[in-house]
Amino acid sequence: MSHEHRDDTGARFGMWIFLYTEVILFSGLFILYAVSLSKFPEQYSIASHKLNIYFGGANTLVLLTSSLTMAMAITAIQRGRKKQTLILCCSTIGLALLFLVNKFFEWSAEIGHGIYPGSEELAAMGPGVTNFFNLYYFTAGLHGIHVIIGATLIGVVTVLVSKGRVNSEQYTLLENSALYWHLVDLVWIFLFPLYYLIL
Amino acid sequence: MSETPSRYGGFFTESPRSGILGWVTSTDHKRIGLLYLGCIVTMFIVGAVLGLALRLQLFEPGTGIMEAQTYNATFTVHGVIMIFLFIIPSIPAAFGNLLLPIQIGARDVSFPRVNLLSWYCYIAGAILAVTAIFSGGGPPDTGWTFYVPFSTQTTTNVNLAVSAAFMLGFSSILTGINFVTTIHRLRCKGMGWGKLPLFVWTLYATAWIQVLATPMIGITLALIFVERIFGAGLFDVAKGGDPILFQHLFWIYSHPAVYIMILPGMGVISEIIPVFARKPLFGYWAMALSSLAIAFAGSLVWAHHMYASGMSDMAIMIFSFLTFIVAIPSAIKIFNWVSTLYKGSIQLAPPMLYALSFIFLFAIGGLGGLALGAAAADIHLHDTTFVVGHFHYTMFGGTGFAFFAALHYWLPKFFARMYNHKIATLAWALIFVGFNVTYMAMQAVGIQGMPRRYYDYLPQFGPLNMVATIGSWILAVGLIIMFVNLWRGIRYGTPVGKNPWGGATLEWEVPSPPPMENFGAEDPVVTRGPYDFKGVIADEP
Repeated sequence: MSHEHRDDTGARFGMWIFLYTEVILFSGLFILYAVSLSKFPEQYSIASHKLNIYFGGANTLVLLTSSLTMAMAITAIQRGRKKQTLILCCSTIGLALLFLVNKFFEWSAEIGHGIYPGSEELAAMGPGVTNFFNLYYFTAGLHGIHVIIGATLIGVVTVLVSKGRVNSEQYTLLENSALYWHLVDLVWIFLFPLYYLIL
Repeated sequence: MSETPSRYGGFFTESPRSGILGWVTSTDHKRIGLLYLGCIVTMFIVGAVLGLALRLQLFEPGTGIMEAQTYNATFTVHGVIMIFLFIIPSIPAAFGNLLLPIQIGARDVSFPRVNLLSWYCYIAGAILAVTAIFSGGGPPDTGWTFYVPFSTQTTTNVNLAVSAAFMLGFSSILTGINFVTTIHRLRCKGMGWGKLPLFVWTLYATAWIQVLATPMIGITLALIFVERIFGAGLFDVAKGGDPILFQHLFWIYSHPAVYIMILPGMGVISEIIPVFARKPLFGYWAMALSSLAIAFAGSLVWAHHMYASGMSDMAIMIFSFLTFIVAIPSAIKIFNWVSTLYKGSIQLAPPMLYALSFIFLFAIGGLGGLALGAAAADIHLHDTTFVVGHFHYTMFGGTGFAFFAALHYWLPKFFARMYNHKIATLAWALIFVGFNVTYMAMQAVGIQGMPRRYYDYLPQFGPLNMVATIGSWILAVGLIIMFVNLWRGIRYGTPVGKNPWGGATLEWEVPSPPPMENFGAEDPVVTRGPYDFKGVIADEP
């Protein structure tokens, strides 16, 4: 209407609050992890060694790189380099897809070994191992959904960049998508050591 | 008055789109607020009818109007509707949206489109909840708390019910984000933190709880969902899970959620009492900060719902102690309201009657809460109808009455028409009497040992249950009269000007109904406090 309202700081502020809610969403699962780990320390260690660290490690590298390309995309748009921004956004989406493909193969292998929620083979491995994998599937699955949402969001922003609606004057949307993407990355940075490394 | 309110349409007529589309695609905070209000009142009526059916079943011992399974389903759906579709969004989503931007001198909230999205999430949640009743294995029968292991094993339609609650949580989070950002970013010139109306302060505290606590219920309900669909078993002992953990996660949200429900109600009361006592609010900063203190302390007391669940004695003592701490900021509020009344020029208009009864009922509910917060008493009272009575004293006697107070206080603002005061007073009297008869009897029979959620009971609980049921009829009559009177008021009531009560907050300075974008070409500049009544005169009736 009459007043064109624009408040970039407000938009970023709102996004940060939204990111808190995501952190708390995942924190519920970290609480479950902590409680179960103290209950079944040995079985958790056994279960953890059944995970393939190469899949996890590769995915960590992929996500870290995608965070880098996303951060570079912001610098690019600040400097008004539209084409470079588009390339960097598309690389981020590509890396997100790579992450998901990798995850698909990792899960297929595990499911092939009879490790999935509700499987009898898994139940035979004892309650601690069962609990570890149930939690692992749910946490990684929820993270995977976030990867999909984040990649979709970046896809939308990429279209807006190509149309010029997001540009060097007005790029809060790109910044906010990048913030979201960094959160997705950050969650994985905690998941990876907890499930693959430290036990 | 210069303008004739019956002609002037404000935001009702000034809209880029006309007709129904102008409402369901509008990003105007007042229109969204009214959309919410309509849905919330509808849901309240549905929930209230179910509640009446529950009371009717308990009229006398023996199978009354329903079977055990129907009874279980009825109290579950009553709870889900009243909690997730009525109380949680009631004051923040309806009156918060209507008033928050005007009260801080803004033209809209920070994210108007997100605001509309939150309403659609609410609608989606409502549709899922209603579908859950009529589809699948029958309406859910777990109680609104969805406790495991029953909720993961029952064949009734729990999946849809938890999805509904999940969706409504999302709606609540979006509103919370919007309000926090709006209060930080869009206060008009001169509107410092010390000049915010108390209603805004309580919405601010509420919005933080919505943002910080709601995701926890999201993840908990999602876990129920995957447990039912995939057998994830994270709350199943046989699979290494822990059912007590469900209760912890559930209450980490659901206890703070009762402060989401009550804090905005306290804000409404803090607005009404000074206006009808013609005195500035006593202890402004104590009131503002006690809202934040309630939000903070209230987030640390969740396990007082679980004294009988098998926690360590140490944990019980800690949570009992923390629970008592919450009483301090709550008492600060009660004392400050009463101090505001002291030597005031009290005018017993309908909003004030509801506000005064709020103080009375909430004090009873709050003191009952202390009885339940004390571990020794709670072991005796746990899972009795005393708990149900206490909950209704705080939530219905508290938030419900504050909601009715808000309806009587602000509807004349948004519709520029006044309801009939005599009928409103009669309705209030019936509601107040009916309420106390119903829930005091419920508390009393609870102390005698009547368990809650039972569809039948021993004969010795008969008399008090009958009293409670009769009280529920008085309450129902009062509610019907109140809603009819309000409806007639906004349709055919006497036209009123922009400030019928003589309020000093910003909403009373804009025309009734407020125009689109609330203020004319110039942004408002605030120079005096929200309860500075010097020179503020109510319109002549």
